[in-house]
Amino acid sequence: MRRALLISIPYLWLLVLFLIPFVIVFKISLSDAAIARPPYLPTLELSEGWASIKEFFAELDFENYTFLGEDPLYRLAYLSSLKIAVVSTVLTLLVGYPIAYGMARAAPEWRPTLLMLIILPFWTSFLIRVYAWKGILSTEGLLNQLLMGIGLVDAPLTILNTNTAVYIGIAYTYLPFMVLPIYSALEKMDDSLLEAAEDLGCSRLQAFWMVTMPLSRAGIFAGSFLVFIPALGEFVIPSLLGGSDTLMIGKVLYEEFFSNRDWPVASAVAVILLLILIVPIVLFQLNQQKQQEAGK
Amino acid sequence: MAQTVFAPWEDSQEKPLIEFVNVTKRFGDFTAIDNLSQKIYAREFFALLGPSGCGKTTMMRMLAGFETPSEGKILLAGQDIGAVPPNKRAVNMMFQSYALFPHLSVWDNIAFGLKREGMAKDKIAARVDEMLRLTRLEKFARRKPHQISGGQRQRVALARSLAKAPKLLLLDEPLGALDKKLRQETQFELMDIQESTGTTFVIVTHDQEEAMTVASRVAVMDHGRIVQVATPDVIYEAPNSVYVADFIGDVNLISGKASTRKAAPASQSKPAPQPAKPAEPTSPSPSDERRPQPNAMGEWLHDRVLEPVLGKRDPNTPAPIVEQVTAAEPQPVSAPPEIPAGGLAITWSPDHPPLIASNASETFGGADVVLALRPEKLNISTTKPDAPNVLRGKVIDIAYLGNISTYHVQLDNGTMVKAQIANTRRVSRRQITWEDEVWLSFTTTAGVVLEQGT
Repeated sequence: MRRALLISIPYLWLLVLFLIPFVIVFKISLSDAAIARPPYLPTLELSEGWASIKEFFAELDFENYTFLGEDPLYRLAYLSSLKIAVVSTVLTLLVGYPIAYGMARAAPEWRPTLLMLIILPFWTSFLIRVYAWKGILSTEGLLNQLLMGIGLVDAPLTILNTNTAVYIGIAYTYLPFMVLPIYSALEKMDDSLLEAAEDLGCSRLQAFWMVTMPLSRAGIFAGSFLVFIPALGEFVIPSLLGGSDTLMIGKVLYEEFFSNRDWPVASAVAVILLLILIVPIVLFQLNQQKQQEAGK
Repeated sequence: MAQTVFAPWEDSQEKPLIEFVNVTKRFGDFTAIDNLSQKIYAREFFALLGPSGCGKTTMMRMLAGFETPSEGKILLAGQDIGAVPPNKRAVNMMFQSYALFPHLSVWDNIAFGLKREGMAKDKIAARVDEMLRLTRLEKFARRKPHQISGGQRQRVALARSLAKAPKLLLLDEPLGALDKKLRQETQFELMDIQESTGTTFVIVTHDQEEAMTVASRVAVMDHGRIVQVATPDVIYEAPNSVYVADFIGDVNLISGKASTRKAAPASQSKPAPQPAKPAEPTSPSPSDERRPQPNAMGEWLHDRVLEPVLGKRDPNTPAPIVEQVTAAEPQPVSAPPEIPAGGLAITWSPDHPPLIASNASETFGGADVVLALRPEKLNISTTKPDAPNVLRGKVIDIAYLGNISTYHVQLDNGTMVKAQIANTRRVSRRQITWEDEVWLSFTTTAGVVLEQGT
């Protein structure tokens, strides 16, 4: 009884704060836009009895979804979002893995400090940190001044308001989510495994590929999903750092809701985004489960 | 081992497989290995034994190539291997933690080294299967390391390190993680495998029993030096220093001052050098005719139980012989009989007679020495025995270990001495229990005389 009560808490939480809102959003996505409050039709009128409920369901349709399929804007936005999320995830991995590796190899007394430094940026506002990148990446920004100062480039590079700036922003923002799971996988690794690999004929590099990499794979998967999933629907970073041609589904969603006030289409966009995300989320869950089993 | 004694170290013509030449290894200020030279021969099972921090693991890691000597060189089959990285050495190591790759199956773990060599697939399969058979792991080939038991993991580690058929196999505390019974079984398996593969094994251990069991030679190390290298029996029976005697097995150490005893056989007529020892009139003297003599218990039984029933003892029994001998040579009665002349007398306590050690070099005369006595070489009795060395004391503690019992005896001067007796009888004829007055005795060759402070 007590156990059932305990388990019911997270389920209740999910029901109230996830499933019910999702059903509402899904219902809106099947409605039609209207100049009204709320800005869609039909609305459910329970007071008028059974016939009205029947009528309500009859008016729901998948019109908005067909519209999303017909207008290339949305398809392009989804594809572009996927591309940006993939590129940023790979970039984060390339930056994050060496950091995690260096931390795991550092002297034990240094590790808590290094871990602290990784988490430290979270103490300032996410918005301020992304905004600060504007100052770094703009044509008169710190980066361009540095590059010109050391004579690497003659004219300032245009980085801000391009996809590159978005990649940098996402990689910077989500770096800790990549570093921490990889670090925890590497830190658990027994150093004698590398010695054993060398003893059995591996060079240092081979030992890294044959032993360190496979053993940190779970961490790489976890980190990549933790970056990829939020990056796909990212809205703030592309709108602050990206240009007018940076097409991301988060931005489209925002425009539909607030500028266009077309809630049904916006809801349809959100539902499709969620369906796309279910694949990596399920993969992530499987990975976590496998890791737990291996740990036993 | 069956026919000829395996002892390549005694043959000056034999080329060593490994030779440490004046090797020193420092880690910052700390000297782990101190100017060490040692030869190890092919097919040997060589044990490095010592407390933690004595440098035994450093020696092994230098052989594997994980550390390079600060000074001196290490030769493997005559070649200096100082600059050869671990992956290019014909040396494999079995790690203390086993270091099995958790993401690979047992089969793939064993095949790991062979694959790096670029061996043909079918040859790898044949070799891995052979290793699995050798270590009796055929049934577990497909399992991952976390799905098998500790003993099986230990065997996988052994199979993996043997798979490449190395010239030299290094074993770093290989049985440390196993429970005692499994450890003992595995020790014999290791010896079998070592013999059947003909590989040279170097084992690092802090468990002296393990070293004694498996090794052909044992090197006892202390502070980066090898204190003694010898076969297990020599290490045990003839340690060269107090350190070795104390490290290997149980030992009673008695410190005293040595003085040489006269070597002349004429000394028999002289009074014995233990005036403190009271004469014992009933004690029989040595005679060529070795007849059974009743001991104290026997006498007591006879006097109290048998005499009233059977009457006086038959005059033809050994009694006349005793009379005869005592009559013929009445003087040496006070002297303990079977003391060979010569050797050393060790004065160690005013409450006890000097101890006599006939097996010691006379160069110790006048020196401060330690007499190392193994507990099993001491005899314990409730009546005063006839022995060259007798110590009186009281039983304080008895450790019953099943097959043997260790008696902790406090001597008259307060020294604690351990004596070990095999429990050959279910009910001991001489029931010795706590607080009993007992006599400890030992022969003149039971102990080993060592210089003090070694």
